[in-house]
Amino acid sequence: MKRYSAFAIARQALSHHQGWERAWRSPQPKRKYDVIIVGAGGHGLATAYYLGKNFGITNVAVIEKGWLGGGNTGRNTTIIRSNYLQDPSAAIYEKARSLYETLSQELNYNIMFSPRGVIMLAQTQSEIRGYQRTAHANALQGVQTEWITPARVKELCPIMNIDGPRYPVLGGLWQARGGTARHDAVAWGYARACSDMGMDIIQQCEVTGVRREGAKVVGVETTKGAIDCDKLGMVVAGHAGVLADMAGFKLPVESIALQALVSEPIKPCMDVVVMANTVHGYLSQSDKGEMVIGGGTDGFNNYTQRGSFHHIEETVRALVETFPMLSRLKMLRQWGGIVDMTGDRSAIISKTPVEGVFVNCGWGTGGFKAIPGSGWAMAELIAKGAPGPLAEAFTMERFKRGQFIDESVAAGVAH
Amino acid sequence: MITLHCPYCGVDADETELTPGGEAHLKRFGPGSSDEDFEGYLFARQNPKGVHFERWRHAYGCGKWFLAARCTMTLEVFGTYSAQTTEPPKKIKDAISAKRPGWTWGAFS
Ligand SMILES: Cc1cc2nc3c(=O)[nH]c(=O)nc-3n(C[C@H](O)[C@H](O)[C@H](O)COP(=O)(O)OP(=O)(O)OC[C@H]3O[C@@H](n4cnc5c(N)ncnc54)[C@H](O)[C@@H]3O)c2cc1C
Ligand SMILES: [Zn+2]
Repeated sequence: MKRYSAFAIARQALSHHQGWERAWRSPQPKRKYDVIIVGAGGHGLATAYYLGKNFGITNVAVIEKGWLGGGNTGRNTTIIRSNYLQDPSAAIYEKARSLYETLSQELNYNIMFSPRGVIMLAQTQSEIRGYQRTAHANALQGVQTEWITPARVKELCPIMNIDGPRYPVLGGLWQARGGTARHDAVAWGYARACSDMGMDIIQQCEVTGVRREGAKVVGVETTKGAIDCDKLGMVVAGHAGVLADMAGFKLPVESIALQALVSEPIKPCMDVVVMANTVHGYLSQSDKGEMVIGGGTDGFNNYTQRGSFHHIEETVRALVETFPMLSRLKMLRQWGGIVDMTGDRSAIISKTPVEGVFVNCGWGTGGFKAIPGSGWAMAELIAKGAPGPLAEAFTMERFKRGQFIDESVAAGVAH
Repeated sequence: MITLHCPYCGVDADETELTPGGEAHLKRFGPGSSDEDFEGYLFARQNPKGVHFERWRHAYGCGKWFLAARCTMTLEVFGTYSAQTTEPPKKIKDAISAKRPGWTWGAFS
């Protein structure tokens, strides 16, 4: 792999930029791999990357039915934060956030991590209590957040109307080192690094079956033929239930559409991320100048990657009171992704009833921020066959035992 | 955008008039049941990519709960029926079979 650098750009300029190599290879599948990862989204690619980097396991294939990063990883609104309430969440999200800080340098790929700060607005009395509680919990967990006053909110984000009347801003939970990153670049950067380690990323190849011998996995069926493996990682977000069905077990997951939209590009007017959970809306400005807007999920099971229009209408209607300038903007594009929702709104990183099969799913509406930490934990689980400290609490057994990692009460919206 | 026929009041209701209520035909298990059954009732869901049975409420209409057979891959609606039943009526099953021969869902086919 040729390294990207300022010198490389200068050198390439001499040959009219004709000499750049492809960022990753597109090989035909081999007969057998030590580990197959299904799903080349951020979580699948990060899992493969840390398998190689932390455990030296590089005989790995990442199999993707579409194009890499074309699932939720390329469809999300890229908010990165780690101000969760429960200890296991804070641990894995903060691990991920801290890895994001230096990921561009590590991957030699500009993922455009922008720790511009995230405010979660308190617009009701219960949110004030909730976020103050989270700020205290974060202090104990070593996650840097603080409770801020309405005046400070206004100072950080002057375009906001904090006076209501319906939803006045009563304060906020501020994480100064939260922010955004370029979603595609996260997938592309990991893919390039995986390919460089000799791993095969096989796109346009759908896994259609899981082959077992007794209770143990021996390979998968795909649209490019059968491929053998010793271990199988399922990292397919909204399709987790479909893959589990192929392997013969059930997951406590429901697949639901979540949508986002962007406005026409305008001059820089907002340099923080704002989340307004009471009205189910959140907002940031992209480097291109578009206002990036997201809302709540639809209410029913759906695999179509498109949602219902009235949810877009509700999101924008709710945000207009707090951001009056939005009412003058034209919206350019709107899209949906299929998110994998669990009962306690926390992820699953777990062994399964099938020996050699591991599952990583349930990130729902908020897993982009978790990609490096999740990949780190999943790689450890696959390599050792047992969870490390980051993954331990995220076992699928927790639903039977009632040991939930309950983030649904802590954050009405969890992007 | 989904339109469902309310089997009670006969209105073809737009999605904005309706509230989705999750999977239909769940068998309820209480505190006295085994851990597996209780977990299954609370959390395990069919979540199929294809034929699905769901509860919906005509919230901004007659207010009643009813059941719908729908495809989660195409958003096609096969039919709606009364909630006073533990199994989809034959008419609904036939309508599904006409379009998705060989379908199965839980114990139904
Ligand atoms: C509109 C929207 C906004 C969001 N906003 C945020 C946000 O602001 N912050 C945040 O942290 N998170 C956000 N999220 C959530 C985040 O996008 C996801 O949690 C995360 O991207 C999931 O990554 P993944 O790698 O698990 O899944 P994906 O990126 O979906 O990757 C899974 C891959 O598996 C492939 N696949 C599926 N089935 C098969 C098969 N049978 N064979 C082969 N391949 C298969 C799919 O094609 C897909 O590429 C948002 C999501 C959406 C939809
Ligand atoms: Zn009705």
